[in-house]
Amino acid sequence: MTAPLMMFAVDRAAGPVVEGEAVISTEGFSPRYDLDRWTGVISKPGHKLEGISIKDKILFFPTAKGGIAAGWAFYDIQGKGIAPKAFIFGVTNPVMVQGAIYADIAITEGWSPDPIAVLQTGDWVRVVPDRRVIELLRRRAPPAA
Amino acid sequence: MQLSSDEQAMLSGERGAAVKEAIEFQIQVGTFFGAQRFVPISNAHMMGDIEVMGDVGLARLEKMAREGTHCAVGITTNARCIDFAHAKALEQVDEEVEKERRIIASLRKMNVITADTCINYQTLYQPHLGEHVAWGDTGTVIYANSVFGARTNFEGGPSALASAITGRTPEYGFHLDAVRRGNFVVELDVDPSDYADWGAIGRLVGEPHQSYYAVPVFTGPGRTPIRRSPTSDELKHLGASLASYGSHAMFHMVGVTPEAPTVETALGGNTPTDMMKITRADIDKVYRGYDLKDGRCNLVVFSAPQLSLFELKRISELLDGRTVASGSRLFVTTSNAMKRAASELGYIGRIEAAGGTVLEGVCFYILQNLTPMKQKMGWTSLVTNSAKLVNTITAHRFNTILRRTEDCIQTALTGDVK
Repeated sequence: MTAPLMMFAVDRAAGPVVEGEAVISTEGFSPRYDLDRWTGVISKPGHKLEGISIKDKILFFPTAKGGIAAGWAFYDIQGKGIAPKAFIFGVTNPVMVQGAIYADIAITEGWSPDPIAVLQTGDWVRVVPDRRVIELLRRRAPPAA
Repeated sequence: MQLSSDEQAMLSGERGAAVKEAIEFQIQVGTFFGAQRFVPISNAHMMGDIEVMGDVGLARLEKMAREGTHCAVGITTNARCIDFAHAKALEQVDEEVEKERRIIASLRKMNVITADTCINYQTLYQPHLGEHVAWGDTGTVIYANSVFGARTNFEGGPSALASAITGRTPEYGFHLDAVRRGNFVVELDVDPSDYADWGAIGRLVGEPHQSYYAVPVFTGPGRTPIRRSPTSDELKHLGASLASYGSHAMFHMVGVTPEAPTVETALGGNTPTDMMKITRADIDKVYRGYDLKDGRCNLVVFSAPQLSLFELKRISELLDGRTVASGSRLFVTTSNAMKRAASELGYIGRIEAAGGTVLEGVCFYILQNLTPMKQKMGWTSLVTNSAKLVNTITAHRFNTILRRTEDCIQTALTGDVK
């Protein structure tokens, strides 16, 4: 296995080890306000990720919005096959954590350094909750010349 | 986490598989947040409807009910997504309506009171200062923490249910003194005169301080106590908006809420991270900030949270002898109990005579089939006096506009929004 290009420490973490494509948002997240829970696409008009599918992604959000819905909604989207692989939050709220644990989706809170300033959507990352780290495995492919 | 002998017994399976599963889940959540122990709770309030839990949630709930899962403390349900009397007229999907009935049956079997209300704090259960409960939705949580001085985190449906099964919750977040202290100050240099004003304040404060751990301390000008003591419904709209825009679970209001006799007590030694002042001009700017499109609007909603008897009375008076514009819809949502009482008092009759629709046991933004309903009905803009609704319904792509109660009524009567 190749060494990670970069490591991020997180304060709190739960769930399985996962790796996948990072999606970086500078705006917070609520499954109720922002997500079409039947397609897995961010549907709130004007959201920084509007039109993007969260399926199988590793989602980076600075904050959580709302909301009680995540308690059931993460389990529901997992059942529908449109769940992300992990939620990475700067600051979250308990329902996101309860919902992610209930649905067996990896979740972390608190980070150093701030990945939103460093990572780009499309980078490939691994989340290791037991070690409380996120590893950057490779940068996204540059656009074809 | 340190476990008592009782909790050890639950974990070992001595109290049955359902209790074991519930406490295992709670331990994982508690461990994430670094909780040292559990605290006993005396009441729980849970969200559980087909719109949010879907088929897999229903299957899990039915399995729990079949296996004899039993809630050990009083637990009530939050607003749901179907008012059975109106499901056909709203063209909600028959199959989903049937699933909603199955959810209700399963919950009742597990000793849950299916009260279907998001204003339990006004109508069902008023916890005392320091009482630990496990509540969701967020509007119920912020009211419990702030106005009653009770202690709860945001609890999602499965988590609130687990708390009722085990009779306890992990001690983290707003169960702890340190988290409950205020950490920024908001001077209200304004006398809010409508629920929409209070909701606008919630947006102005919550949006720039988006964090579960941000706890605003409201004061009057120059850190004086609040000039006019707000009503329960005003605090309800403020809290619901703060919880929605800011993900806040608690606020203090000096001279009003029980943990804020003074600014200093509310801050509990914290140095405020921010000082804000809100004036009438700030609130008016919120109202001016909405896109009115072509100035027409055929949908007016009073909901989120459900309306109290006082709010229903006011809406009925404003609509008395008038008629909702042709082609427009006016919806009001309330609890089953409030609708019964308001019917007895003639309020519901007056609203319906004007052409309004009163839904019970639901909240508008969680209605089953809302996106197709919106398309079918030709709804684009939505006018409401609820700042929370303006924020929560956005995934369904409504163009939402916050207006004062009387202005909302005018829109319903004329089809114009100003």
